Amino acid sequence: MKQQDFETQHEALWQRMENLLALLEKQRKTKRSQSPADMGEFPQHYRQICHHLALARERQYATYLIDRLDRLVVDGHRHLYRARSFFLSQTLHFIGVGFPALIRAEARLLWLSFALLYLPALLMGIALQYEPQMVYTMLDHHNLASIESMYSPTAAHIGRERQSDGNFLMFGYYIKNNIGISFQTFAGGLLYGLGSIFYLVYNGLFLGAVAGHLTRIGDGSTFFPFVVGHGAFELTAIALSGMAGLKMGLALLAPGNKTRLHALRDAAQVSIRIVYGVVGMLLIAAFLEAFWSSSAAIAPVVKYAVGALLWLVVAGYFMFMGRHRAA
Amino acid sequence: MLDTYRAIETPEGVELRLRVAGPVVRSLAWVIDLLIRGGIYIVLAIVLAKFGKFGWGLLLIGLFLIEWFYPVLFEVYRHGATPGKRRMGLCVVNDDGTPVSWSASLIRNLLRYVDFLPVLYGFGLISMLLHPDFKRLGDIAAGTRVVYRDAAKKAIQVPAVAAKPPHFSLNLEAQRAVIDFAERSPELSPERKEELANIVFPASGNQPGNGINQLYATANWLLGKKS
Repeated sequence: MKQQDFETQHEALWQRMENLLALLEKQRKTKRSQSPADMGEFPQHYRQICHHLALARERQYATYLIDRLDRLVVDGHRHLYRARSFFLSQTLHFIGVGFPALIRAEARLLWLSFALLYLPALLMGIALQYEPQMVYTMLDHHNLASIESMYSPTAAHIGRERQSDGNFLMFGYYIKNNIGISFQTFAGGLLYGLGSIFYLVYNGLFLGAVAGHLTRIGDGSTFFPFVVGHGAFELTAIALSGMAGLKMGLALLAPGNKTRLHALRDAAQVSIRIVYGVVGMLLIAAFLEAFWSSSAAIAPVVKYAVGALLWLVVAGYFMFMGRHRAA
Repeated sequence: MLDTYRAIETPEGVELRLRVAGPVVRSLAWVIDLLIRGGIYIVLAIVLAKFGKFGWGLLLIGLFLIEWFYPVLFEVYRHGATPGKRRMGLCVVNDDGTPVSWSASLIRNLLRYVDFLPVLYGFGLISMLLHPDFKRLGDIAAGTRVVYRDAAKKAIQVPAVAAKPPHFSLNLEAQRAVIDFAERSPELSPERKEELANIVFPASGNQPGNGINQLYATANWLLGKKS
């Protein structure tokens, strides 16, 4: 077929496609999604034009024609294969089923990251009872003094000093600080898991140092009621972000029968979903830490009771939630 | 593969061509984004400082969001390009050429932290220089690449000669070569033009300018100008 005939035969279709694409582009900008009547023909037009492009290339028609068809195919491809999201229903499903199922599927990694976090904490805490000056391996004198004053039983507010309108300030501080740490713990997994291991162990040692030191000088009675509530979410979330990082590191170390890069890409797709959940947990933790844990008006007994309840809720959530639906 | 074009096959069996972007242009885009973020920080700090501690709390949340999610939001909602990338004519796409997804964008931007190590994108730069698609570590894990957005093509200027179809068929590469020749003709010396035209039309050597004009006519025809 002569190029001229080819063009006259299909010109109408190409123009329709150009109009549809312009319309789609405009809708994308204005966020409206009502479709005109002929939008249903879009995929069909697109496939037809793909066919035209292949023909035009094969028959070595002129460049301007091939360029025009190429443009149509590129734009059509972009719109046809755009990932559409159903944010609310996906989020609810993720909370109800996806997230806990994801964690259960990687239970061994979870126990590993728990061990990497809590064992150093425990060892450091115990060691400080016998070798008190070891606390200076984690904290310098200045930091130690400020921590002691924060958790002193005589302080009006537990945790960092603040006035009544300071709760929201601390909420922001905890979000920036804690979620930042968890992102770093996750990202460090890319270095064959070493970064995640480092952050887990480091945070464990730090936790052990603070808790051990305050216990030794007799301020444990303010410190533990403070951490028990939000710790259920915060410590678990840090361990989970370490787990997400370790999953990537493990994919690099033992890719199985995939290439290393392919294994990494697949692992990252799973890991990032764990991170979604971690962010949610840390938001809850920051809220609790700023508005509940720090309140001096609530009796330690109440805090212990609520704290125990929260730990049970977190454990139960990961053990049982969505078990029958995900199976 | 010496050039930076990468071909992607769509499910319809048609090839898309993407041009991947290298470290220099990406660094420039990053610097622009850095300046923009710096500006936002300063404005936020000045405005929110008026609201006391509540404002400081908001500021910290704002800093956190901008630090980690500034690139993600722009990449997902603004055609794969932060303002810096847009300025440099770049955008992020999935490996298969589709617009970047939430997950992929989050992965590549959270892992930015590792690319930044040990100082100023050291690992990221090494990774980009070693990878055929100039991917930093985050791109590798997310399955994304940074490519040039095809800027709206500027009209090709060729010498105005009445269009004439060639009397032999040209494949796509030869067509492009003819058009390039016509487009660049102002930069070529007459002798060089003659020499090149003689390769295509050896018989026209005895009449100077004839071969060149035939090439111009062919180029005009290839560009769709009707005779």
